[in-house]
Amino acid sequence: MKVLLCMSHVPDTTSKIRFTDNDTAFDKTDIQYIIGPHEELALTRLLELKEEIGDMTITVANVGLKETEPTIRKALAVGADDAIRVDAEPTDALFVAKQIAEVYKQGGYDLIVTGKETIDYNGAQVGEMIAELLDLPSITSTSNFEIKDGKALLEREIDGGKEVIEVDFPFVATSGKGFAIEPRIPAMRGIMMARKKPLNVVPAVEQANKTKTNKFYLPEAKGACKFIDAENVEELVNLLHEEAKVL
Amino acid sequence: MSVLAYTENWDGKFKKSTYELLSYANKIAEMAGTELVALTIGDVAEDELKSLGTYGATKVMVVKDEKLNDFIAKSYSSAISQVAQNIDAKYVLFANNVSGRALAGRTTVQLDAGFAPGVMQLPTALEPFVVRKKAYSGKAFADFELNSEIKVLSLTQNSFEIIENTKDIAIEKASVQIEDKDITAKPKSVEKTTGKLLITEAETLVSGGRGLKGPENWGMIEEMAEVLGAANCCSRPVADLGWRPHEEHVGQTGKVVAPNLYFAIGISGAIQHLAGVNGSKVMVAINTDPEAPFFEAADYGIIGDAFKVVPQLIEALKKFKAGQ
Repeated sequence: MKVLLCMSHVPDTTSKIRFTDNDTAFDKTDIQYIIGPHEELALTRLLELKEEIGDMTITVANVGLKETEPTIRKALAVGADDAIRVDAEPTDALFVAKQIAEVYKQGGYDLIVTGKETIDYNGAQVGEMIAELLDLPSITSTSNFEIKDGKALLEREIDGGKEVIEVDFPFVATSGKGFAIEPRIPAMRGIMMARKKPLNVVPAVEQANKTKTNKFYLPEAKGACKFIDAENVEELVNLLHEEAKVL
Repeated sequence: MSVLAYTENWDGKFKKSTYELLSYANKIAEMAGTELVALTIGDVAEDELKSLGTYGATKVMVVKDEKLNDFIAKSYSSAISQVAQNIDAKYVLFANNVSGRALAGRTTVQLDAGFAPGVMQLPTALEPFVVRKKAYSGKAFADFELNSEIKVLSLTQNSFEIIENTKDIAIEKASVQIEDKDITAKPKSVEKTTGKLLITEAETLVSGGRGLKGPENWGMIEEMAEVLGAANCCSRPVADLGWRPHEEHVGQTGKVVAPNLYFAIGISGAIQHLAGVNGSKVMVAINTDPEAPFFEAADYGIIGDAFKVVPQLIEALKKFKAGQ
């Protein structure tokens, strides 16, 4: 079984976000980059499945410039078998989806997995766009993923409940919360092996952008916290009712 | 041309988020000088359909097709795109909830549109079309421009007020062509937690963190939520430790929420947690540690032991509710 895992290269979740060039671009100064947390969990679950069923190769795909390669190498160190970097700045969701669809067509995969969303753009749309471009079934917000007798059994969160879905390969799954719990971290042996694993760089296919980000803003600083004595909780209730008007 | 809003129904009922979406979509229709059409799939009673007129829709298109009995992203998005094309919709709107996220990306590709995900304000103008959305998981916002002829938007939940604007609403049946090959990935079983307030829709959230020491102490969190008519949720460590189900995790990698009132109880306020909740209008932190970062983000704070403060607060809230 050949699995294509789409992976984003994003600022560490603890990063303080700043902008530059008149707030039109993300300020990369002093930013540590990581594998998108949703994709990290997806990779973890795929590795567990690989250990269960044996026959599986996991290819990570990233759309990004050369700067993303250390992040891709980290995914290889965690246990992915090989990687493809589409050499382009990921400027627009459809652009990214188009690139991954092309990688899929070239490689002939049985499964595409994406994270629920990237934690920088927060579009949560690339997985569905890939599925549509390739005319594949898709399952979003997958909270559990099993493979039994050649069939995939997925659990997905719906608004106010859960669904269990059985689906034939190939399809697109978007990993959500619960896909895996603790992300695997690379062991020394994995880091050594990752250096020798193939990381192929391919050119991007053309796709005009239909969207662009004009300007970024940071949230306005909140006023100081108003402290209420722990022995006087009635005061909090009064403030929430009369001052904040939320009760 | 027209504006189309996908008004999802849950077993024939609409929710607050549906009316919020219509209120927003109606403003877009006013800006564009056109009418707002709602689209719903499945069986909905006439009175319930008419309720959509209260929020500005002049027409509701009802798609009934047994091929759409199960929610499948491919077939549902195909139905929505077909209706959008039939009524020459230039704007197609979804709620940014689980199903909206499953449908909007596909609809965008089908209509060769541009998509603004998770918008939270009205656009300042339609030409050029620039709209505010969240970025960096709630740590920032972006002005996002769409330059496509057809525009797909998804609205961040709890970001727009419900505005009544009653119109005479026409109910119309819409027929669509669903191909059998598009009915894939059918659900085998569905487990619904009916009657439970959704975390993403609740106006008040009572959230517990690791400071509560263990799952056995959640009774007071649930009780406080019940007194407030709120939903309860938790921080990431609580979900990862298995104290609470993953559906309850709010934060950067869990659910991003924007209630009117957010109580953080025993939650220190890591940057990842704050990113997921800082859209809340008012935040209250209760923590023993005066240095907890949450106090920098909160509007109101109590430095104290949750096991003493929360039971007292529950009593005070009961008294307040009784006096209302």
